[in-house]
Amino acid sequence: MSRPAVAPAPAGEAETRVLTYAEALNEALREEMRRDPRVFVMGEDVAVWGGGGVFGVTRGLVEEFGPQRVRDTPISEEAIAALAVGAAVAGARPVAEFMYVDFMGLAMEPIVNQAAKIRYMFGGKARVPLVLRAQEGAGRGNAAQHSQSLEAWFCHIPGLKVVTPSTPADAKGLLMSAIRDDNPVVFLEHKLLYSAKGPVPAGEYTIPLGVAECKREGRHATFVGIHTMVPKGLAAADTLAREGIELEVVDPRTLVPFDLDAVLASVRKTGRLIVGHEAYERSGIGAEIITQVVTAAFDALDAPPVRVCGKNVPIPYNPRLEAAAVPQAEDIVAAVRQLVA
Amino acid sequence: MSPRTPVGKTSMPPDAPIGLTPPQLWEMLRTMMMIRKFDERALELYREGLMRGTTHPYIGMEGVAVGACATLRPTDRITSTHRGHGHCLAKGGDPRLMMAELLGKATGYCKGKGGSMHIADVDAGILGANGIVGGGIGLATGAALAAQLAGRDEVTLCFFGDGALNQGILHEAANLAAIWKLPVVYVCENNQYAMSARADKFTSVPDPAVRAVAYGFPGVGCDGMDVLAVYRAVAAAVARARAGEGPSLVVCVTYRYLGHHVGDPLNYRDTAEVEEWRRRDPIDRFAQDLVSHGVFDAGRIEALGGEVAREIEAAVAFAKSSPEPDVATLTEDVYA
Repeated sequence: MSRPAVAPAPAGEAETRVLTYAEALNEALREEMRRDPRVFVMGEDVAVWGGGGVFGVTRGLVEEFGPQRVRDTPISEEAIAALAVGAAVAGARPVAEFMYVDFMGLAMEPIVNQAAKIRYMFGGKARVPLVLRAQEGAGRGNAAQHSQSLEAWFCHIPGLKVVTPSTPADAKGLLMSAIRDDNPVVFLEHKLLYSAKGPVPAGEYTIPLGVAECKREGRHATFVGIHTMVPKGLAAADTLAREGIELEVVDPRTLVPFDLDAVLASVRKTGRLIVGHEAYERSGIGAEIITQVVTAAFDALDAPPVRVCGKNVPIPYNPRLEAAAVPQAEDIVAAVRQLVA
Repeated sequence: MSPRTPVGKTSMPPDAPIGLTPPQLWEMLRTMMMIRKFDERALELYREGLMRGTTHPYIGMEGVAVGACATLRPTDRITSTHRGHGHCLAKGGDPRLMMAELLGKATGYCKGKGGSMHIADVDAGILGANGIVGGGIGLATGAALAAQLAGRDEVTLCFFGDGALNQGILHEAANLAAIWKLPVVYVCENNQYAMSARADKFTSVPDPAVRAVAYGFPGVGCDGMDVLAVYRAVAAAVARARAGEGPSLVVCVTYRYLGHHVGDPLNYRDTAEVEEWRRRDPIDRFAQDLVSHGVFDAGRIEALGGEVAREIEAAVAFAKSSPEPDVATLTEDVYA
C-alpha cells in the first residue's frame, strides 16, 4: 500500500475512533450478533485460529457468543455456502466466511443456482438473508490461487448483491447493512486493506447498499475505483495535483446495486472517466461501468473512457511480476495525464 | 454408527406396531393415489402442449414420499428434487396451486416463474423442488442447522435420488451433519436409474446405505415399494434426529415406471424389468394390505379413486382458468 485509506470522518453525532479495517469489520459482526440472535458466523478457522480468523476479522467472537454461533467448519466450501442458504431460508441470518475468494469457485453451485434464485423461482415467497464474506486481491505473494479479484463473477448473477468496501468506516457501515439485508450479499474485502486505519463511528452505523462516495473532489477527470484502487487513486490525485490536474476519486462501495447517478454526476462535471480495478481487465466490472456511463451520458464525455485494470494473466508469485500484474498509482497517473493532455 | 444398527436393515423390526390410526392410514393411501393421478394428468397436459420445459413423473415411487412425510410434524421441513410433485403433495402441498404452476399461471405456487422443478411452499416447510441434482442436500442440512441454532426440535427430511449419491455436496454435508449432530434425515430414493445411468453400475457399492458408516451415522435400507416399511425406517431416523442424536441415511429401493422425463428414449432398460416392478405396485399393495387386515373395505377404497380423480380434475380446471402472469412481473422478486 502506497497510502493508507483515511477517509474524512463520517458525519453524525456518534463518537468515532481510529480502527483498522479488520477491527471495523469485527465490530460490525459483534454488534449485529448482539442485536439479533439469528445472526451467526461460520467458516474455516473463524473461531479457534489465532483467536478468530486468519485475518483477525472474527477475533474474540467465540468468547462472547460461543461455539454454536461462531462455528469453525471443515474445509468444505460448497457445504458452507449451501448450509448457509438453507439456514437463511429456514429463518437464520448466516454470515459465512470464505478464507479466500478464490475458494468460492468450489461453492458456486449453491451461490449461483440456489441463493441467487430461490426468491425469484419461488415467486417471491422466500427470503435468503445471507452474507458471504471473502477477501480478494494481490500484493502478498500468494500467487495465482490466492490473489484473484473475482467480483465480476458475482455481479453477473441477478439476485446477488456485491459489496467492496475500501475504508474502515465503509467496512463497518456496509457490513451492518449487508447483515440486515434480506438478500444474499457477497461481501468482498481486500487482504491489503485489513491493516488500513481510519475513523469509525462507534455503535450502530449503517451505510445503505447502493450509495457511492466521492473520496476526493476534482474537476479534470473522474477516477472510479474499488478496494486498493481507492487509496491508489488518492495517491495518484496527490501527484497529479502538483501538476495542476485535479482528479476526482469516486468509490462506488457497492457494485450491485450500483450508484450510477453518482458516477454520472462526476463525469458530467469532469468530462473524463478512468475506471480502475485489480481484477482482470477482460469482462471486468470496468467494462460494465464504462458501458453504463457511455450509454447514459455519451454527450458528457470529452474523451473515450480508459481502463486501468489487472492484466489478463494469472497473478504471479515474484514481487516484480506481481506488481506489474495489477495497477499501481503510477499507472493511474500515466493514464490521467494522457487523458487530459 | 452404532454396532446395534445393522446396515441394510431398518432399526425397527418389520412387525413392530407402527402406531398409525385408521384416519392416518386412509390419508396416506389417499395421498399416494393423489400423487399418481396428479402426475398422470401432468403428463397428459404436457402432451396436449399446455406445459413447457419438461416434467419428471413420480409414478411408481409414491410409497417413498408418503411413508417418509407421514413421520413429520407440520413444522418439520423437506427438500425435494427435480422429480418433486410427490414430495410436495405428501408434505401437504395444494394440488391446485401446483397444477397452476405447471401451466405457468399467476396463481401457481411460484406465480408462474418456477414451473415443475421449483415448486415450493416455504411456510409449509417445503423448501422447494430443485433443478440441480443434489441441490437440496446442502439446503436441508442448513435448515437443520437453523433449527438447532434456534433451539427448535424440528427435523428436515432431505429427498434425493441415486444420481445424487455421487455428488460432492453429499460428502461435505453428511460430514458436517454428523460432527454437528444436525436434525436431518437423508432419504435416498434409489429408483435404479439416473437418466440412463444404472445405480448398480455407477455407484461404487451395491447397497448405498453402507456409505453412512463412513460418516459415523446409521444407514439403513428399506423396501421403497412398501409405504409402511418406508414409514418405519424414516420414523426411527426422525426420532433420532429430533432427540438431538444427529443424522441418518435411509435408502428406499424403488423404481420409476416411466422415463426420466417425457421424451426419454427408454433404450436402456427392457419392458420385462418394468413389468416386474409394476407387479410390486406400492398403491395396490397398500390397498390390499388395508383390505386384508380389515382396516377398510374394498368398495370404500374404490370410491376413493373417484374422489381423488375429481379433486385432480378440479385442480386442472383451476389451473386452466387461471390468468397468465402479467409481463410486468418479470422483474419482480429478484430482490427482497
